[in-house]
Amino acid sequence: MAKTDKKHTPLLHIVKRDQGTLTWQYKILIRAIAIALALLVSGLLITALADTDPIKVYKSMISGVFGTERRRWNAAQGMAMLLCVSLAVTPAFKMKFWNIGAEGQALVGGLACAAVMFFLGESLPLPLLLVVMIVASVVAGMIWAVLPAIFKAFWNTNETLFTLMMNYVATQLVAWFLKQYVESGSGVMDIMPQYGLPVIGEYKYLLNVLIVALLTLLVYIYLKYSKHGYEISVVGESENTARYIGINVKKVIIRTLLISGALCGVAGLLLVGGTNHTISTTTVGGRGFTAIMVSWLAKFNPLFMVLTTFLIIFLELGSKQLTSDFGISSSIADISTGIILLFIIGCEFFLQYRIVLNRNRKEATK
Amino acid sequence: MAKPVALECRGVTKTFGRVVANKNCDLQVYRGEILAILGENGSGKTTLMNMVAGIYYPDAGQIFVDGQEVTIASPKDAFAYKIGMIHQHFKLVDVFTACENVALGVEDEGRYRLADVRKKVIEITQRYGFVIDPDKRVADMSVSEKQTVEIIKVLYRGADILILDEPTAVLTPQETDKLFAVLRRMREDNKSVIIITHKLHEVLSLSDRVAVLRKGESVGTVNTADANESSLTEMMMGVKVELNIERSEPKDPQERLKVENLHSVNEEGRTVLDGISFTAYSGEILGIAGIAGSGQRELLEAIAGLHHLTEGDIFYQDPKTGETEDLRDKNPIQIRDLGVRLSFVPEDRLGMGLVGNMDIVDNMMLRSYQKGRGFFLHRREPRDLAVNIVEELQVATPNVSTPVRQLSGGNVQKVLVGREIAAAPTVLMAAYPVRGLDVNASYTIYNLLNRQKEQGVAVIFVGEDLDVLMELCDRIMVINSGRVTGIVDGRTARKDEIGLLMTKSKEEMQNGEN
Repeated sequence: MAKTDKKHTPLLHIVKRDQGTLTWQYKILIRAIAIALALLVSGLLITALADTDPIKVYKSMISGVFGTERRRWNAAQGMAMLLCVSLAVTPAFKMKFWNIGAEGQALVGGLACAAVMFFLGESLPLPLLLVVMIVASVVAGMIWAVLPAIFKAFWNTNETLFTLMMNYVATQLVAWFLKQYVESGSGVMDIMPQYGLPVIGEYKYLLNVLIVALLTLLVYIYLKYSKHGYEISVVGESENTARYIGINVKKVIIRTLLISGALCGVAGLLLVGGTNHTISTTTVGGRGFTAIMVSWLAKFNPLFMVLTTFLIIFLELGSKQLTSDFGISSSIADISTGIILLFIIGCEFFLQYRIVLNRNRKEATK
Repeated sequence: MAKPVALECRGVTKTFGRVVANKNCDLQVYRGEILAILGENGSGKTTLMNMVAGIYYPDAGQIFVDGQEVTIASPKDAFAYKIGMIHQHFKLVDVFTACENVALGVEDEGRYRLADVRKKVIEITQRYGFVIDPDKRVADMSVSEKQTVEIIKVLYRGADILILDEPTAVLTPQETDKLFAVLRRMREDNKSVIIITHKLHEVLSLSDRVAVLRKGESVGTVNTADANESSLTEMMMGVKVELNIERSEPKDPQERLKVENLHSVNEEGRTVLDGISFTAYSGEILGIAGIAGSGQRELLEAIAGLHHLTEGDIFYQDPKTGETEDLRDKNPIQIRDLGVRLSFVPEDRLGMGLVGNMDIVDNMMLRSYQKGRGFFLHRREPRDLAVNIVEELQVATPNVSTPVRQLSGGNVQKVLVGREIAAAPTVLMAAYPVRGLDVNASYTIYNLLNRQKEQGVAVIFVGEDLDVLMELCDRIMVINSGRVTGIVDGRTARKDEIGLLMTKSKEEMQNGEN
């Protein structure tokens, strides 16, 4: 017997799980453990760096999100805006069209809205102005999204690079607009509060929240119950199958990106016409990229995206509170966000695979 | 005279999730013998051998080489014990020559010298009687030549125990004979050869002993001399089965599909269809035989409206109106809108015929989702159809909301064929519909095709097993390099005759005509 061989028996090996036997309770349990572990690790890190106890840290984060009415509204607005952009990228992602240009698409939507407010605000009656704002934003978003789609459909260009580059064009377009038309030359556009979407009662953000809630439901129904949604799934899963049953893949790509772009346009409209009443190059504020994460984490399900959006916004606002309560540098807040995302994404591995320790391996008896 | 045991598995077990691939498998291979591992698809033959070759790691059990217990955790470990496996899918670099591929990944002492490798490769080819040009690029090789390179690769690394996973699946009968001659020479050279297969006649003609697996368990090992086809089938299936395909005479055959002079090129601009003409009649099964990649896929896809033709016409004769439609350059939707009831079971089931991540209901909908007015999907009809098919064809699935990816190969195929037949076709094309299916599931498919034929459907069946083609089809069309090399009667054709047609070149065809 060559006992030496025993030595390099691997300590553990990885076994693929049978997806059919995984219960949803188990899936939730794994994810809950991941979030709990993530909070623990980031809590310990912050504690070590900020020299305070973790309970206080968590309390501070929770108060940062739910502490006052203003904070709660801030959280709701933050969620609504992020969710809106996330909804926009989802149909494209479901089709495996990697649209990472939501940032630019939302920004040109906002720019179109700002331009309408700036140039036509005085000359048009408010209801008509609103209509023009809506149309302009949506069309601008659609154009920005459909350009890469057309190139993808007809010449099979790489949509990731194309949409990414369109972001820079959008940013520079806004910069040019501000330089050209802001008379003070400061590059900062004055707020135009008189032209904007109506406000419901005294709640500044309520309209945004309601619109996005409605959109969430619509996108969910569109993807799950409509013929278009079905075509998107088939094209995303297998272009060969789409060809086989006679789906016009080019048409589906272009149509889906028009929808994706229109939703981005709406996000721009809500940001500029509904909230800020002005525009800058950072109006969208990276939501176009965060949205990718929101959509992926929710497995492209708009209803789950409400939860993932909440998670991201909670981390963002909670971390801000930490910065002011404990004087921790804001980069530590980013680190903890990173840790939490790492755990959430990492736990997917445990849903796909099982780890078997070879110590417990039965020897065959003979 | 007892030969020494080269390799032994004792109680080897491997599970994948809920699926038990191997359970307590025992196996012995002697030096200087050819052992056939026989079993239906999914019986765990390949998994067991993958564990010996270091691809998988067993959950339980022991492996012995020359009587010593060993741990094989990687292919590298396997080579250390002189075990080499030739997989079904070749792992070669296309732009490299045979020699360069052999040298790849070998960590010899000293400098890398291709000349030395070449010398050794030639030595190996002469010793075992391989026919191969060591300086030919893999990209220019036939499937059989590529396989030869894979075998030389393993021998070059000094393997004494060779495992071949279904090596004849891609070969013509003539190439198979050559391979077997080489394997016999290896046996004389005192090597152990393990060949995985489910073709009984190969087992009987080549091996010394047969180890049979059934549902992941070893049923037993017998001397080939004491075995025959029916005894082996019984071991494989657990019960006695009749392996005869019924074949009725075609009733009232009428011209249904007339294909004339089809030409096309693939994406790289290489000719794939080179003037194919034939006629398919209602109420008959037309078989298409040929080496893999002879244009079978493109031919069926061209008829289905998925492959662009540079030349040629496809005429469809409508049985109801008697009118003739030209299907050339029409897409699947246009073909359907013409009232042509053409069903197509493609070779790539989960990549083309079905969507793996969708459930059975949504897969039923692929063909019919556009039916019904309005913006929204109507799932009731597809659901009823799914329930029907699951019941009638005995699809093993928890329910109709199970993603088809989670079903076994045979059940996936039942879902696909069931859907295509449900459309009440007048032409039914099926490409390799029994590939990867066990004997029972295969016979279910043969019966379904036969029933369609009896109902007057023109069935076109692309197959790879000549025995099946000769038992099932009324006529067999043989193609090679996108050309028809012959159409023979399925009832009287001989296998070697079809084999020759499969490799007949353009020049030979022209000489024959002169």
